[in-house]
Amino acid sequence: MPKRTDIHSVLIIGAGPIIIGQACEFDYSGTQACKALREEGYRVVLVNSNPATIMTDPEFADRTYIEPITPGCVEKIIIRELNEMKRTSAQGKLVLLPTLGGQTALNTAMSLHKSGVLEKYGVEMIGATAEAIHRGEDREAFKQLMLQIGLDVPISGTAHTLEEARAVADRIGRFPLIIRPAFTLGGTGGGIGYNREEFEEIARRGIDLSPVSEILVEESLLGWKEFEMEVMRDRTDNCVIICSIENFDPMGVHTGDSITVAPIQTLTDKEYQIMRDASFAVIRAVGVETGGSNIQFGMDPETGRMVIIEMNPRVSRSSALASKATGFPIAKIAAKLAVGYRLDEIRNDITRVTPASFEPTIDYVVTKIPRFAFEKFPQADPTLTTMMKSVGEAMAIGRTFKESLQKCLRSLEIGRSGLGGDGKPWRIGTEVYGDRDILPKDLIARRLSVPNADRIFFIRHALRAEFTLEEIYQLTKIDRWFLTQIAEIVTFEEELAATRN
Amino acid sequence: MNAILALEDGSVFRGRAFGAKATAVGEVCFNTSMTGYQEILTDPSYKGQIVTMTYPLIGNYGVNRVDVESWRPHVSGFVIRELSPVVSNWRSDQSLEGYLSDNGIPGIQGVDTRALTKKLRVRGALNGVLSTEGLSEAQAVRQAKEWPGLVGVDYANEVTHREPFVWDPNDEQSAAFDLNKGLTSQNPRDYRKALPVADIPIVAFDFGMKYNILRCLRQRGFRTQVVPAATSAADALKYKPAGIFLSNGPGDPAALHYAVRTVYDLVQSGIPIFGICLGHQILGQAFGGTTFKLKFGHRGANQPVKDFETGRVEITAQNHGFAVDADSLPSDVTVNRINLNDGTVEGLRHKNKPIFCVQYHPEASPGPHDSTPLFNEFRQMIMARG
Repeated sequence: MPKRTDIHSVLIIGAGPIIIGQACEFDYSGTQACKALREEGYRVVLVNSNPATIMTDPEFADRTYIEPITPGCVEKIIIRELNEMKRTSAQGKLVLLPTLGGQTALNTAMSLHKSGVLEKYGVEMIGATAEAIHRGEDREAFKQLMLQIGLDVPISGTAHTLEEARAVADRIGRFPLIIRPAFTLGGTGGGIGYNREEFEEIARRGIDLSPVSEILVEESLLGWKEFEMEVMRDRTDNCVIICSIENFDPMGVHTGDSITVAPIQTLTDKEYQIMRDASFAVIRAVGVETGGSNIQFGMDPETGRMVIIEMNPRVSRSSALASKATGFPIAKIAAKLAVGYRLDEIRNDITRVTPASFEPTIDYVVTKIPRFAFEKFPQADPTLTTMMKSVGEAMAIGRTFKESLQKCLRSLEIGRSGLGGDGKPWRIGTEVYGDRDILPKDLIARRLSVPNADRIFFIRHALRAEFTLEEIYQLTKIDRWFLTQIAEIVTFEEELAATRN
Repeated sequence: MNAILALEDGSVFRGRAFGAKATAVGEVCFNTSMTGYQEILTDPSYKGQIVTMTYPLIGNYGVNRVDVESWRPHVSGFVIRELSPVVSNWRSDQSLEGYLSDNGIPGIQGVDTRALTKKLRVRGALNGVLSTEGLSEAQAVRQAKEWPGLVGVDYANEVTHREPFVWDPNDEQSAAFDLNKGLTSQNPRDYRKALPVADIPIVAFDFGMKYNILRCLRQRGFRTQVVPAATSAADALKYKPAGIFLSNGPGDPAALHYAVRTVYDLVQSGIPIFGICLGHQILGQAFGGTTFKLKFGHRGANQPVKDFETGRVEITAQNHGFAVDADSLPSDVTVNRINLNDGTVEGLRHKNKPIFCVQYHPEASPGPHDSTPLFNEFRQMIMARG
């Protein structure tokens, strides 16, 4: 299927200002998309309020609007562009590509759809339809859809009384349990109950606070393993996995704040292929017709039970990472798929002779570590939760996990040369310890059990303070494979230290 | 313990030994799959080969009793970058190291597998010797040079079952592995998908067949009688099968004159036939075509195959060092699939007879499940004949 000839101009919405949770990765993807579409001869119209981006450099779009990314403003741009196209007797349509500018672009496009603006001016959304975006983004709709196609999701139930809440808790059969009151602002009144007393207290409060006296009780996946798949799909339903990712930090820490590793390390082929099949089932059911999606999975380390956590029906932060990790330019290919190409009609940028319809296979390991800046925000709680707090990230490639981890820690520019052993002191709260000091066990245990920016270093401190791997596992639920790799680095540090003496 | 891998071109890779204390000779080839080393080790098609994995971290999830493709590992030796010191997977029964030791297979780790792979890509597959028992480098290189190689050798005869047997008559090992869902008290290790009734009798020629082919056939309702590679057409037809399956297997397809003759007779009989990998190469020869040795083969789980009949692209699992020459085929056979990387033949269909075959592995294991519908196609082909 060749490219569409009924399109004249493509409107791309950028991501706007850099905020915590949305950084320059969307500049990277947007810039790639602009280049790809111009290469195909389309006129590219770009709106982005952030002039400090590459994509707003004059050569990347035919017309760049440095204007606020609001539905009202984008509507005005649509009217202006349509008039312009009429004036110049342009052949073809104006279409909107909303999937490359992160959540900001997607939300703006969705409100233009809901308010009827897109329909009024005959502007088609390419890449993903409004229906697909809704199915992917609406939690409840997504969950029902997953159950319909036979995939597993966290078990949950609604309750209006304490008795009903107890019944749901009994059905799930284990703590902790997550309680979310319905229709409270920002989820006020919710929480995690680690035992029956806590659960009943939070449930009672939640029912009181909810204007409709309703709470959702959901099984907690805290401590489960977390995985991600980057999927691409074309108009003829060819699907490929670009990259598989395993999170070093278990469930409970936002993916953006997790240390992540590509490819997946601890799944057999049987388990990996089930996850691959599930990824395709999700992208098909949600109905993302072309382009990339990111799908997140949780897995019980004891039983292998696999649940779908969420999907992003757009190019995401992980896509930018996956592109750099594998050399497969997801945003560029997504833009070309959106205008009608099939995967096998696009050239693979790495080999330059074979087509893009393949799955990158790598002979190295990629590690990403988030960069935090809690020192700039003394009031912020440095505990890592499901809300993203990192301000950036470093990525490193190595032939082993150990190599990529050490390179990545060094690339963070936090002054460390790796896990430790570099002769530099450790500042912990108000205390300062020497590089090779053995830290107090209670301090280590505290810093391991609560996810935080420095937890990776405390694994080293723990090993040096003679914690066993099993103790560290129980405190962190970080997979024993990762802990063993770190233990090997620490053992080698001891060997080096002994040699010097 | 030190170990060496010596190649016939005189180069030597040094590393650390794991697995059995032994010396093995074979053709050195590489596989690019990032998962599935256990399935690769136990695939009989690797008979006579020393396999290197391009993915550097191997052994992470150990070895389990279920994910096997035959009764034992068949590779001559195993070459990797780094063996995991720990096993982390809820299904694991044993470490990779222990498994190779138990089966007498030597392994070498700490090798620059990227350099080795680059050499094999430029020079083509090379014969080599892997030793974990202190063989000298000069001796190892000499042995590698002296080894006659795979071409012209009948390896299928070494890995085929000696006696005919009915596959899994009590349905104990054919159900597809699946992950537990929702709340269940079932042991997740025993969780399996349900099987349909086995209502179509077929005969499968075993040239070194992977178990997952038999599992996939059973999952589509085939009752499979497995027969040894050298079974004649007449003997196979005595089982009154509704169709014939030709399996994968190791080595040079041109060495299997007896199988080509048998398959020629079966083609003439008009019975529905489906072939995979070596079975496809044998069919190609039975049609009148020829095979040739690829420079470094296709071994991995990400090979794109274009299906001209549907226009779609399948990501396929492959493991073959030989291919059917498209120009050698007669006019009543169509090349219906090609490899998008190098344009070689990936599938054939007879224009007038119910016969089709593929060069790749629709049973996957390891690899993607994109091509499993081919087993349904075989079923429909048989059903269509009534």
